[in-house]
Amino acid sequence: MFEGWDAVVLARAQFAFTMSFHIIFPAFSIGLASYLAVLEALWLWTGREVFINLFNYWLKIFAVAFGMGVVSGIVMSYQFGTNWSVFADKTGPVIGPLMAYEVLTAFFLEAGFLGVMLFGLERVGHRLHFMATLMVAIGTLISAFWILSANSWMQTPTGHTVNAAGQFIAADWLELIFNPSFPYRLVHMVLAAYLTTAFAIGAVGAFHLLRDPHQAGARVMFSMAMWMATIVAPIQIVAGDQHGLNTLEHQPVKIMAMEGHFESHKDGAPLYLFGWPDQAEGKLKYAVGIPKLGSLILKHSPDAPMAGLDTVPRENWPPVFIAFWSFRIMVGMGVLMAGLGLVSLWMRMRGRLYDSRLLHVCSVAMAPAGFIAVLAGWVTTEVGRQPFTVYGLLRTADSASPLAAPAVASSLIAFIIVYFAVFTAGVVYILRLMAQPPRHGEHGPTKEAAAGIALGAGTVPGAIR
Amino acid sequence: MSIAVDLATVWAFIIAFAVFVYVVMDGFDLGLGILFPLFPKKADRDVIMNSVAPVWDGNETWLVLGGGGMMAAFPLAYAVLMPALYTPMIAMLLGLVFRGVAFEFRWRITGERNKWDTAFAGGSLLATLAQGIALGAILQGIHVEGRHYAGGWWDWLTPFSLLTGVSLVIGYALLGATWLVMKTEGELRDRAYGLSWALLFAMLGAIGAVSIATPFLHVHYTQRWFAWPNVLLTAPVPIAVAAFTVLLLRALARKYDYQPFFLTLSLFALSYAGLGISMYPYIVPQSITIWQAASPENSQIFMLFGVAVLIPLILAYTAWTYYVFRGKVQAGSGYH
Ligand code: HDD
Ligand code: HEM
Ligand code: HEM
Repeated sequence: MFEGWDAVVLARAQFAFTMSFHIIFPAFSIGLASYLAVLEALWLWTGREVFINLFNYWLKIFAVAFGMGVVSGIVMSYQFGTNWSVFADKTGPVIGPLMAYEVLTAFFLEAGFLGVMLFGLERVGHRLHFMATLMVAIGTLISAFWILSANSWMQTPTGHTVNAAGQFIAADWLELIFNPSFPYRLVHMVLAAYLTTAFAIGAVGAFHLLRDPHQAGARVMFSMAMWMATIVAPIQIVAGDQHGLNTLEHQPVKIMAMEGHFESHKDGAPLYLFGWPDQAEGKLKYAVGIPKLGSLILKHSPDAPMAGLDTVPRENWPPVFIAFWSFRIMVGMGVLMAGLGLVSLWMRMRGRLYDSRLLHVCSVAMAPAGFIAVLAGWVTTEVGRQPFTVYGLLRTADSASPLAAPAVASSLIAFIIVYFAVFTAGVVYILRLMAQPPRHGEHGPTKEAAAGIALGAGTVPGAIR
Repeated sequence: MSIAVDLATVWAFIIAFAVFVYVVMDGFDLGLGILFPLFPKKADRDVIMNSVAPVWDGNETWLVLGGGGMMAAFPLAYAVLMPALYTPMIAMLLGLVFRGVAFEFRWRITGERNKWDTAFAGGSLLATLAQGIALGAILQGIHVEGRHYAGGWWDWLTPFSLLTGVSLVIGYALLGATWLVMKTEGELRDRAYGLSWALLFAMLGAIGAVSIATPFLHVHYTQRWFAWPNVLLTAPVPIAVAAFTVLLLRALARKYDYQPFFLTLSLFALSYAGLGISMYPYIVPQSITIWQAASPENSQIFMLFGVAVLIPLILAYTAWTYYVFRGKVQAGSGYH
């Protein structure tokens, strides 16, 4: 495979591949952890059985997804050293501490309370168990905080200086952590995780409603998910727009690539909807655009001038085709999500939320929408930052480890084989769990694991009967 | 300068502590995987799995702290060691993938023969072997030029690193066996006793072999261990190893529950202290000292606050988790 690729390209491919697998699981587990905390709170508050059934139902799915998030994450943290050693040496003093804080404040919290959350309901009692669930949920959010701060610093570096050895060192930690793009990225990513989870939950609910519109658990989860879609999807669009304005200020070249602006526009740039970016020729072919709208959105004035990639040396261009299309995929998903949210609101007001087959079919079809949008969003962000790892300061080509291409190629092949084998199995198991409806007296991973009983059979632990 | 010196030493101890906690916590947990093929019955395997299911993720997090902490506190060392240990590291990560997912996946399929049990055993063995080999490769020295690793991608593979690899497999298996002694009952526990005996003798052989081989790797190690007056400081280590071995033999003979595990931990601690004596003050032996590799002061100080407050907290709630899941695990009778 991979003959003729140089070590840097291979390392990039490996990073992109392993990262893309990893982010799928956090996007789901951040959302699910919060959802589980809400379900348990509702159960403790109302005492309604349906909530604990749903809690136990999603807990099993969460356990599988979380495990995959953990193992793929450990790979990520070591990859900085194995494949990007120059990067690790130079940025270690600034992003190393951020990631160390992530471990100390988030990973240990998640891992420490996960055992109790999964297996401890009868051992510690309801209140302590709820606290454990809450800790896991909070842990996932703290984790997002630190890792996104680290990533945002790479996008919009501030608060640092450079020492004699060429390492970045902190000048002002607060400025470094709360760098300009961080608040936007944090909000956008956390909302993305919530939306991703909402659409997955909504699809499972809809799937079971299609079979039995009276399924109690399915009704509750579908309704909850659709409220999330209705409310959060529009907020996400606004957040995304603000994020884009922030990017225009700090990484204008990325916006040029995302918008397909090879050429500058003196009086008002169009908004290109579609087109075929040709990097070699430096042209957007077959462009379909709306005149002046680009300037209107990004500069709030239809005639504002916009610089294009022709003002940037070619060696600093990111891969335009990828940035342009991944951005459109994400935005497209966002629009579809908001659309479904609106339709569900309308159905809800007409009292047809639980028996509109069309709505349910659409919701099932939208199950992967969040995952696709998250991946597309990260690809936009990361590819748009190229050819730098630390924007404007450290080139990707200068970040890699001094490794021979065959070493990187073999590990890449190993990752591809292992990830597809392992994570495909995991996804199949999750889908199988989802294919069962949440039952009366649903049990968590608890008894089933203890007694080694297969899926679906098994008894209800006393405390939650 | 003086404060930088102290900080680097403090951080060397913190990283060493994280790695040690990792070795003992994930050690027994990987050891269970290594022993898995010796317990072919599904019921036994279920018990073994359940004895660690609530804590394995926390155990592995120490590895992330060791690695992440090193990138933060000693970025140069991280940048040199990781490419030097490229193949063992990738192997370890892949091993951890297989065994980590097995904790949940194995409950998702039925039947006596479970492919995720094989993944758990194989992954644990691979990860352990890779860790042991990496340790040996570090000890035997790494070729550095400027700020980069300058060796080839097979340099890690030598008889010595294979020896440390196998030794670690034995050591982790012993930890796993004594853990089972502590956490199980009946026939399973009896088998664990038997295994503990065999593994203890194997481990003593391994400690002996590594101890004899290490001083020959480099004069630095020889001087460190045998030169006067160092020997006053180093001699207690082998003496203590002998003493703890006697205690451990006694505990096994008397079929104690808890002592075998904790005495094995003590043996690990001593071997680890021995390692520290050999390496200090190098972080990449013979080429980079902890002071050369250290992050700037302000990075180390910034993290020190977090470590000082959070590590005690983490230890506290980790202890609580172990407390919640204390006691013997029983097959199918609702341990959880
Ligand atoms: C916005 C969220 C997010 C992003 C961008 C990343 N992660 Fe992640 N990561 C999480 C959110 C998360 C999480 C929600 O905290 C996970 C997912 C499942 C889990 O167990 O925790 C996690 C797990 C996880 C673990 C295992 C933790 C454990 O042992 O419990 C490690 C080592 C990493 N990640 C490391 C990384 C690295 C090095 C990343 C970047 C290159 C990265 N993650 C991106
Ligand atoms: C979580 C979602 C993320 C995804 C999906 C993602 C994806 C990608 C992709 C696709 C590339 C390759 C770009 C290219 O080569 O053209 C890349 C590069 C990179 N990313 Fe990310 N990334 C994510 C998060 C992060 C984070 C949080 C960090 C750091 C803290 C990070 C650090 C890097 C580095 C160092 C590179 C350079 C290597 C390269 O170009 O491949 N990434 N990422
Ligand atoms: C429809 C309106 C949306 C707009 C205008 C929008 C805008 C943006 C922009 C401009 C970026 C790149 C920022 C940068 O790198 O500087 C981005 C990144 C991203 N988007 Fe969106 N987005 C939208 C919808 C969504 C949806 C629905 C999701 C997921 C459910 C999503 C997930 C992400 C993720 C994960 C990233 C990468 C992380 C980050 O930079 O925040 N986006 N988005």
